[in-house]
Amino acid sequence: MSSQSVSVSTSDAGIAHSQRNWGWWAVWVVALSAFFLLWQYGKPDAKWAFKFPREFQIPLRRWIGDFMTWLVDEASFGLFSFTELTRFIAAVIEFPYKIVLSLLSTGFLQGQGSDAIQILPPVSWIAVIAIFTMLGYYAGGRRLALLIAACFGFIALFGQWDNAMITLASILIAVPLGIAGGLLLGIAGYRWRPVEMVLKPILDLMQTVPVFAYLVPILFLFGFGPTAAVVATIIYALPPMTRVAMLALRGVPGEVHDLGSMVGCTGRQMTWRVLVPSAMKGLMVGVNQVIMLALNMVIIASMIGAGGLGYEVLTALRRLDIGAGLEAGFAIVALAIALDRLSQALAERAQAHQHAAGVDASLIQRHPYTAAALAMIVCLAVAGLIVPALQTYPESWQVSTGTFWSEVVRWINVNFFDQLEAVKNALLLNVLIPFKRFLLGLPWFGVVGLLTLAGFSLGGWRLGALVGVLAFLIAATGQWDKAMVTVYLCGISVIVACLFGFPIAIATAERPKVWRWVQAIIDTLQTLPSFVYLMPAVMLFRVGDFTAMIAVVAYAIAPAIRYTAHGLRQVDPQLIEAGTAQGCTQWQLLTKIKLKLALPEIMLGINQTIMLALSMLVITALVGTRDLGQEVYIALTKADTGRGIVAGLSVAFIAIIADRLISASADRLRKRLRLTR
Amino acid sequence: MPSTSPPGTKLQCRSVWKLFGEGAGAALAESGGSLTSEQLLSAQLIGAVRDVDLDVREGEIFVIMGLSGSGKSTLVRCMSRLIEPTSGEILFNGENLLQASPARMIEIRRHQMGMVFQHFALLPHLTVLGNVAFPLEIQGVSRRTREERALKMIELVGLEGREGFFPNELSGGQQQRVGIARSLSVEPEIWFLDEPFSALDPLIRREMQDEFIRLQAVLKKTIVFITHDFDEAIRLADRIAIMKDGAVVQIGTPEELVINPADDYVAEFTLNVTKSKVVRVGSIMKPLPKRAPSGGYGQDVAASARVAEVAPLFDDSSNLLRVVDEDGGPAGCISRDDVVRVMMQA
Repeated sequence: MSSQSVSVSTSDAGIAHSQRNWGWWAVWVVALSAFFLLWQYGKPDAKWAFKFPREFQIPLRRWIGDFMTWLVDEASFGLFSFTELTRFIAAVIEFPYKIVLSLLSTGFLQGQGSDAIQILPPVSWIAVIAIFTMLGYYAGGRRLALLIAACFGFIALFGQWDNAMITLASILIAVPLGIAGGLLLGIAGYRWRPVEMVLKPILDLMQTVPVFAYLVPILFLFGFGPTAAVVATIIYALPPMTRVAMLALRGVPGEVHDLGSMVGCTGRQMTWRVLVPSAMKGLMVGVNQVIMLALNMVIIASMIGAGGLGYEVLTALRRLDIGAGLEAGFAIVALAIALDRLSQALAERAQAHQHAAGVDASLIQRHPYTAAALAMIVCLAVAGLIVPALQTYPESWQVSTGTFWSEVVRWINVNFFDQLEAVKNALLLNVLIPFKRFLLGLPWFGVVGLLTLAGFSLGGWRLGALVGVLAFLIAATGQWDKAMVTVYLCGISVIVACLFGFPIAIATAERPKVWRWVQAIIDTLQTLPSFVYLMPAVMLFRVGDFTAMIAVVAYAIAPAIRYTAHGLRQVDPQLIEAGTAQGCTQWQLLTKIKLKLALPEIMLGINQTIMLALSMLVITALVGTRDLGQEVYIALTKADTGRGIVAGLSVAFIAIIADRLISASADRLRKRLRLTR
Repeated sequence: MPSTSPPGTKLQCRSVWKLFGEGAGAALAESGGSLTSEQLLSAQLIGAVRDVDLDVREGEIFVIMGLSGSGKSTLVRCMSRLIEPTSGEILFNGENLLQASPARMIEIRRHQMGMVFQHFALLPHLTVLGNVAFPLEIQGVSRRTREERALKMIELVGLEGREGFFPNELSGGQQQRVGIARSLSVEPEIWFLDEPFSALDPLIRREMQDEFIRLQAVLKKTIVFITHDFDEAIRLADRIAIMKDGAVVQIGTPEELVINPADDYVAEFTLNVTKSKVVRVGSIMKPLPKRAPSGGYGQDVAASARVAEVAPLFDDSSNLLRVVDEDGGPAGCISRDDVVRVMMQA
């Protein structure tokens, strides 16, 4: 429907086109004046338009709460109850988790609690470092090996070893399960269209619902502890793998599919012998994503008992102990970089098939790395009995920089307090607060109407209806004011991110050497778990909206830079030559040609920035914002599923509205510019 | 097995239709099994294959030639039922494939069909040996047996010594040799080649065509060969079917097409063909005169020889050559003027 109306508008004669445009102008003028009148003069007569009447509110929160209670107390599938199902899932996850945790951190114990006796010690810290370093060497050569050794060494040196191993154990369990689950769902979606039709909207929603909102029902169903955290991590990391799997399978050339049929593959042979191996390159992208998302989530899931590095940061945040928080934060960064580079290198290696000589080698010769790793574990375990330092990283070797960082912060605050405070207050008073007041003063009825109209004019009645219904639901569930605070914080952050991001992109996009650096930095920024961004912001500006904004900007600036630069660089060089030949100045080239043609790409960048900003915003609830994120956070602490899900859905709705409207206008723009993606 | 096909016919298409678009089957049934271009247009259907009838004989190279979008790839996929035809019959050894169960279809494809693809369709994670052995692996043949057979095929296409290489380590020509070896590893009765050399450089393409002719001399397979290159068709074919807009325009030997194109469309292709390299002496010879010419005949020439081959045999003394048939008996004669006329036609 929408594509048809657009194609009509482009193919029709110019006159009809401009008439249509005039029509839209008129509609917008009328709508905006009506909105203005309602906003300025409607308050006394139409209170309902400003505050959604309480008696008409949809009690979604209660419904969900009741549903969850029913689920836990009564729901049954005949043979077994829902609670038994969740217990079963918990047991399936807990068993391997316990083993991995024992291997990495606690050692194998006999007995319970403080009476426990260690039968077998955990794998020596040196062995763990060596194994990961060998993996790095195997996948990416000496440089990667060095990097990984440095990252893990850093973690040991700064006394974060135990916490890091707890986090690593969760990841080692969550990642394979996430990959397997995502792959299976992706295959199902690829093979059966109905499955895809069901999966698609769910995946869309899952990627926009803020992470905290996942935690609430999981906490309710699985209780507080590492198992619940692993479940949350798997659910969080699953959607991108599913999506990537469907995409990669669909990307397998038709001929390869035909080949499978022609050699007489059965359905199963086709999937596992032909399609999945052929799609491996795409699938490995998904694997890397699963690893990074799992790390991000494991950190956040420390709120429901994941423990490890995330818990360190969380407690430090609560105590406002900057030093401890930063140290744990650095350890997370080190772990993230090591895992990211390692998984990328492994993915690349899986591609570069090279023939190997000789199949007659012995077992050890064929698996030199595995053999070396096993030998190392055993030897170090034995040696560790004699020299304890080989077994556990000795405390006396640890370097604590906690006090140092606290000192630095104190020094900054002593010397620059006035300046920082002045900047913060100026922005708060002149920009943030007026903007917040403005948004809060708008009538929900008018805003819903304008959004619907925008959707309708950009993408036809379907988009209009979707946007209108979602916006209405936010108001009708009593979330409007909190949602406006979210929009305000998100909006300000996105604007600031763009104000910084665009110039950076414009300045560096065409300088390959500089761009390489910028790219390396934003790549790293994007691999860091969102939690990490809170520490430095809190350090400098304490708690509040301004701090939240800084953290959000830092987290969300990467796509603004990346997409803008990409858009600028993909402008057809012939057009630039044509511009130069006609005597354009550099400025004219930039404003009249490059930016215009890069606009659709830039809009996608803004879209991504908004998505990241929203996901980060919820996490900034920890530093005292008063928006939907706070609502979810409170729900989490009270295990109030209904409250958490309703607020979480509202955030998702905001994200979906922004996403659909921006994507639709980018599409339109692209069509008008006759660009193909 | 109902045997409706004449002996020596391997594969037959009987009024095969493939229409794309909604309600294709119903529209075709309603019209009584035949739709004109206008009817297709008004029903918003695309006729990829329209009412195709053809026989592929045992042991011949049957080339289907057409430009892109003419439906040749769709037709060859209908023959192996990779694409389900909208209506018609595909008879393979007299058995209608369109009524075969999925299990039966798997059986037929595993043991009786082989296919080579334009872009090779090699599996990136398997070595040359693994790729060639892949069809046998799918059948569940033991490792030792399948690798033995695969090695033989690799040797046949001249890739010995590269068994352990991965596809990304091979050139385009070598990759297609792997594709050919793989399709032959099950010793198929019918061999489909879907534009096998189109993705290769011209020089390599020529080399692969020679290789293909050599292979066929040894193997004597029944072959359906798809191409968009008329010269390639002329070089390789025993018979050619020319397709346009989903329909077969003409079926004939290269010579028949060149001498006697069915319409302007076919004639257009033959325009640039060197006729003397296609036309056989037998096609233009005249009956032997009652009295031997005064200068006598020059050398005897075979009826199957091409005109270009016999041209140098005329010398100053002889204007007339005697043509003999396969058994060596006199069949007719060919004059200098006849030869010159053919040679002058480009």
